Amino acid sequence: MNEKRFHKRSLFLIAYIIFALLPIYWMVNMSFKTNAEILSSFSFFPQQFTWDNYRTIFTDPSWYSGYINSLIYVAINTVISITVALPAAYAFSRYSFIGDKHVFFWLLTNRMTPPAVFLLPFFQLYTTVGLMDTHIAVALAHLLFNVPLAVWILEGFMSGIPREIDETAYIDGYSFPRFFIRIFLPLIKAGVGVAAFFCFMFSWVELLLARTLTSVNAKPIVATMTRTVSASGMDWATLAAAGVLTIVPGAIVIWFVRHYIAKGFAMGRV
Amino acid sequence: MSTTTKPVNQKAWLLVLPVIICVAFSAILPLMTVVNYSVQDIISPERRVFVGTEWFAAVMRDEDLHAALWRQLTFSFAVLAVEVPLGIALALSMPSQGWKSSAVLVLVALSLLIPWNVVGTIWQIYGRADIGLMGMLLQKMGFDYSYTGNALHAWITVLVMDVWHWTPLVALLCYAGLRSIPDAYYQAARIDGASKFAVFRYIQLPKMRGVLMIAVLLRFMDSFMIYTEPFVLTGGGPGNATTFLSQYLTQKAVGQFDLGPAAAFSLIYFLIILLLCFILYNWMQRVGTQTKEVTS
Repeated sequence: MNEKRFHKRSLFLIAYIIFALLPIYWMVNMSFKTNAEILSSFSFFPQQFTWDNYRTIFTDPSWYSGYINSLIYVAINTVISITVALPAAYAFSRYSFIGDKHVFFWLLTNRMTPPAVFLLPFFQLYTTVGLMDTHIAVALAHLLFNVPLAVWILEGFMSGIPREIDETAYIDGYSFPRFFIRIFLPLIKAGVGVAAFFCFMFSWVELLLARTLTSVNAKPIVATMTRTVSASGMDWATLAAAGVLTIVPGAIVIWFVRHYIAKGFAMGRV
Repeated sequence: MSTTTKPVNQKAWLLVLPVIICVAFSAILPLMTVVNYSVQDIISPERRVFVGTEWFAAVMRDEDLHAALWRQLTFSFAVLAVEVPLGIALALSMPSQGWKSSAVLVLVALSLLIPWNVVGTIWQIYGRADIGLMGMLLQKMGFDYSYTGNALHAWITVLVMDVWHWTPLVALLCYAGLRSIPDAYYQAARIDGASKFAVFRYIQLPKMRGVLMIAVLLRFMDSFMIYTEPFVLTGGGPGNATTFLSQYLTQKAVGQFDLGPAAAFSLIYFLIILLLCFILYNWMQRVGTQTKEVTS
């Protein structure tokens, strides 16, 4: 009985993983082909195996600087998101204050603005304050959807920590900042990891705001990838190689936070 | 947020202030600008005429918009109907420890980390009958599959792409929720002779409530604003089959450069998402607390 159940579950999992990996495999496959081969024939493996597409990306500054720019603004965004979200999440999880529920829901509403028309005001705003085409502009704009999520996740983790811990620390004479950094932060380490992963992910994959707020100096990789349509048609091979490389940083980040996810979190008091 | 008694402390506002400043910087001014556009006829940057609620009335009467809205609602609820059960099932079948769990976590999460325009590009090739794996296989199996020619195929392809792209989000969150259940709960259930379904219904599901709420709301908002992936894959076609709200809005705002109506449209759009999220949020919180009462 147990054995059979195990099999059914594993089969389902394996089927899903195949479904999940096939499109990615197809991209990896394409990234080792030449454009001519991609468009002329169907094959499971590259017939004329080539590293050229990756070589193009690693030697052409207009390609690799895209990765650097993206990593810079994603890192800035993640650090700011977590830094401002930590005290706010603590406030929401520990105290009631006038308008707390409203502020919490208002924060979430900022994830709900349809981008198309908001892009122009963003452009105007960031031009006015002189931040256009800087990493900080994209990082600030992405706070809009990352901070609410970070607050929500961290609040969930913090609510799982009993309030007696805070009270004991205050009785022992800890000041709030010292308590927060020395005692509280280590307790919610997993929450910080998970929140950082989500901030990283949503900032890394966002295209519209990042493209609108940058032109040359801070141009992210996602925007670089939209300009591969040239006179000779789509440059599928380079695009595929660039796509494969966009997965790498995220895969590294998820590798670091996997233990936090596997340890489990239920969000909210349990 | 839970409603158990917390000490009242107005100074907590100081802790929330940095978040409000950060978010308001990017939220309030653009929103006010859009409100400003929505009540004016912008003929040129110098010539603007105040038109009151005219654009709102026009948008409300727009037949194409109604069609796009229904298409959007159908799509978003289809997304939830497929991704939430699939994500939960996936989370239940993922191994709980050892190297296998690490490997599975990373493999499952991969599709989340691909930029959205790349997702569209992958599926564009993947679904092509001549050079793409999926298109080829479907042709071999005897389907006359074409996501560029057949409206239904296009719609399903966008849905499958979204399922592929986002089910891992639901799965990862649910997985984390499941891992937080202490072994003692399962032991108690075994002693009581609880069925597998009972374990799911009264132990696992309530414990996943918090994370499921995040998953459902995120999936709902994001699918309601889906733009980049179908734009790259189908461009909204064939016909209007995959022209969802964002796509339609962009056509209006950028294509026809009707800033006033487009702004009025965005505000209505925003209010629809807000309303639906508010209903979902409150509903899930109520359902959750009722479940808790049953179990305790």
